Amino acid sequence: MADKEYKDIPKEMFEFANVGEKLSDKKFDTKPIGYFKDAWLRFRKNRASVFASVIILIIILYALLVPLFSIGKDTQLMDTYYAKKGPRNTWLRQFGIADGGVEREFSEKSLIFALGVGVAAADVEGKGGVVLSEGLENEYQPIIKINNETTKVGKTVYNAKIDTYLEVGFIYRNIEQSEYAKIVEWEKETGVKVLYPLIEKNQYNYDSEDANYWYKTESGNAVRINASGQAVRIPYSEDMVLEDNYKRDENGNAVYYEYVGGGTIETAQYRVRVLYYNYYHYLNGHEPNYIMGTDSQGYDLAYRIANGIQLSLMIAVFVSVINFIIGAIYGAIEGYYGGAIDLAMERIADILAGVPFIVVATLFQIHLAMKVGAIPSLLFAFVMTGWISTAANVRMQFYRFKNQEYVMAARTLGASDARIIWKHIFPNSLGTIITSSVLVIPNVIFSESMLSFLGIVNLGGAERTSLGTLLSDASSIWTNYPHLMIFPAIVISLLMICFNLFGNGLRDAFNPSLRGVED
Amino acid sequence: MAKYIVKRILLMLFTLFVITTICFMLVRILPRELPQDKNLQAVIEARWDALGYNEPLLVQYGIYLKNIITKWDFGTSWYISVMKPAWDVIIDRLLPTVLVNLYSLLFSIPIGIGFGVLAAIKKNKWQDSVISTLVMLFVSIPSYVYAFLVQYFLYFKLDWFPLNVYSLADAGGSWFTPKMFYSMIPAILALSFGVIAGLTRFTRAELTETLTSEYMLLARTKGLTRAQATTRHALKNAMVPIMPMIISSFIGILGGSLIIEQIFSIPGVGQLYMKAITLRDYDVFMMDSIFYTFVGLLAGIVVDISYGFIDPRIRMGER
Repeated sequence: MADKEYKDIPKEMFEFANVGEKLSDKKFDTKPIGYFKDAWLRFRKNRASVFASVIILIIILYALLVPLFSIGKDTQLMDTYYAKKGPRNTWLRQFGIADGGVEREFSEKSLIFALGVGVAAADVEGKGGVVLSEGLENEYQPIIKINNETTKVGKTVYNAKIDTYLEVGFIYRNIEQSEYAKIVEWEKETGVKVLYPLIEKNQYNYDSEDANYWYKTESGNAVRINASGQAVRIPYSEDMVLEDNYKRDENGNAVYYEYVGGGTIETAQYRVRVLYYNYYHYLNGHEPNYIMGTDSQGYDLAYRIANGIQLSLMIAVFVSVINFIIGAIYGAIEGYYGGAIDLAMERIADILAGVPFIVVATLFQIHLAMKVGAIPSLLFAFVMTGWISTAANVRMQFYRFKNQEYVMAARTLGASDARIIWKHIFPNSLGTIITSSVLVIPNVIFSESMLSFLGIVNLGGAERTSLGTLLSDASSIWTNYPHLMIFPAIVISLLMICFNLFGNGLRDAFNPSLRGVED
Repeated sequence: MAKYIVKRILLMLFTLFVITTICFMLVRILPRELPQDKNLQAVIEARWDALGYNEPLLVQYGIYLKNIITKWDFGTSWYISVMKPAWDVIIDRLLPTVLVNLYSLLFSIPIGIGFGVLAAIKKNKWQDSVISTLVMLFVSIPSYVYAFLVQYFLYFKLDWFPLNVYSLADAGGSWFTPKMFYSMIPAILALSFGVIAGLTRFTRAELTETLTSEYMLLARTKGLTRAQATTRHALKNAMVPIMPMIISSFIGILGGSLIIEQIFSIPGVGQLYMKAITLRDYDVFMMDSIFYTFVGLLAGIVVDISYGFIDPRIRMGER
């Protein structure tokens, strides 16, 4: 029997195993996982939320970087000739996207007018006699493609795609003599032609202010003067020759400038006719490249959107932080002290919560916008009622935890009220209120865009704009210029979707028991 | 129960009173503008004087309250419809708002609940993930984006519907003509996407919870088929929180949607609000603000009370 063998073991056979050694618990090999680490581990597993946060990061980077790269460039300058133009990029253009083009219907008259820009651009010397088909190949030809011809009410209608940038064509400009010399210098350097011959103001000039009527016309129709001095209409065809109406000197050379005023050599004003596309190139050092097009005033829409994201996000984050702070303090006091204080504070919160946000925002705008500006008064309006839900959250957590044993223990040990509130109870509610603070952001972005859209708040200006303002600028004209609406709408929708996904991910991570239960 | 309801209503009236007071003070201290028309100017100035608009603020407020209580007079519209009582102005605008929103709700409630039930029954299958993803998208996208999409496709691309809601005269003089309904369809659609998505999400969440509860297991062991158990037990219980949400939406339709009314030019309460701001018609603005506040508060109360009626297990007024 086994136990028999171990009977009566002498005392000497025993010895202390660890005599003289210090005994202590072994340290954990693994690192402890805290509340936030735990939440992070859970958040990481939620693929949709991680994806959403990556997109949010990309949008924020876009908002920060685009204005940074635009400094020094004149992209933030507005260009009234290129207002409301569609997306255009010289590199992408060769693939047929972002070519600044729109499909439009042309009558014979307007088609010749549009094609004429390219023909005139091809005729650098101003000699005339360029065949239309030659002008078709020109790189400054606005008509990208003539799709088909149809007959409508007895008239031929051409469906064609036109580059809205090149469509601007030629304009008249009054420049100083020194500027003129500079342009000529630049032309030689780059080989890009800016200055084109002036047009004679005679009976054949249809509109003396429009620099695109360079050919002889009669009530807008292209004509040729026959031998007997009569104007004969030329019908549209591939090989039609538009008869030029350029101003010429005695030797028959085209005139490029006209003296219009000014005394000294430097201040002498010249009237010139420039091809706007190249004039823009000369002014800005690059061809017009607006990947998202230009807005209603002629700013680069990509830049304006970056600006708008900045402002909208800044407002949203600011509101979210302030709500967090006010809500935490208010809710903590309510929940911790309870009783009459709670009752009174709840009533105040109830009343504030009862005021419709739109009314608050309107009243703040009417009263304060003149005094402190539109943005601060909008912020006030958001903060005024925004903290209530956070406070309610915190209050609930305080009711749950304030009578627990560990709080009593802390109180017995002499901890002050403030210590118990912030150190012992408040951290319990941190998860929920962080989540709700994040979810405030899309709501603020939406409310801001709604208020701007309705015109209650006006955040637009030369320096800054908001996403809502961009949308409201576009709201009356977007049917003709869809890009004005599409890009801001996409950005707002993306922001809303991503912040909602991100917030939901946070909630699941902080409070796994709520997973799948969507408010 | 009755005591609780009375208590809630009294509290609501108190809240409404406080908000009205604050709004009144803030609105009345604003400078008022007279119209351009000289004759009208004299008339309006005389009316203002007679109505005590030049008295101290508190006296004005006293007159305002007295008029509401004795004559149900919420002030006068000075610019939108000259000299018409503000109450009448808003009542005239109520019908279009309610109609558009009612149509939208009637359209979206069955669809929303249907999708929600489908997603809950097929939980974690492809139907569920498709619906859940779409819901996430549709809940987040702002309503005006839908409005533009609807306008773009149904008007510009397909030309099936008019751009705006017809005026009363165009549609045959009544809000209930088929022609009027036809012109309202784009607005109804634009309103519905968000509501459908919200309802789907809510239904799915509630139903998945009831589907996994123990009485469902009991129902199945009792011999009920899955479909029977779902419709008789799970759906009924899931409806407890869904019904109040629907009821509150029905009250919420009184408030309508400012932005949709603006985009589709529906002559409703929301458009009136915008007009009151731009034209500085402050009495109408006050009326509209009180109206919005009241609707919001009422929705809250009705939801809380309806819980008690729908589910007798929930005792109202107890902590």
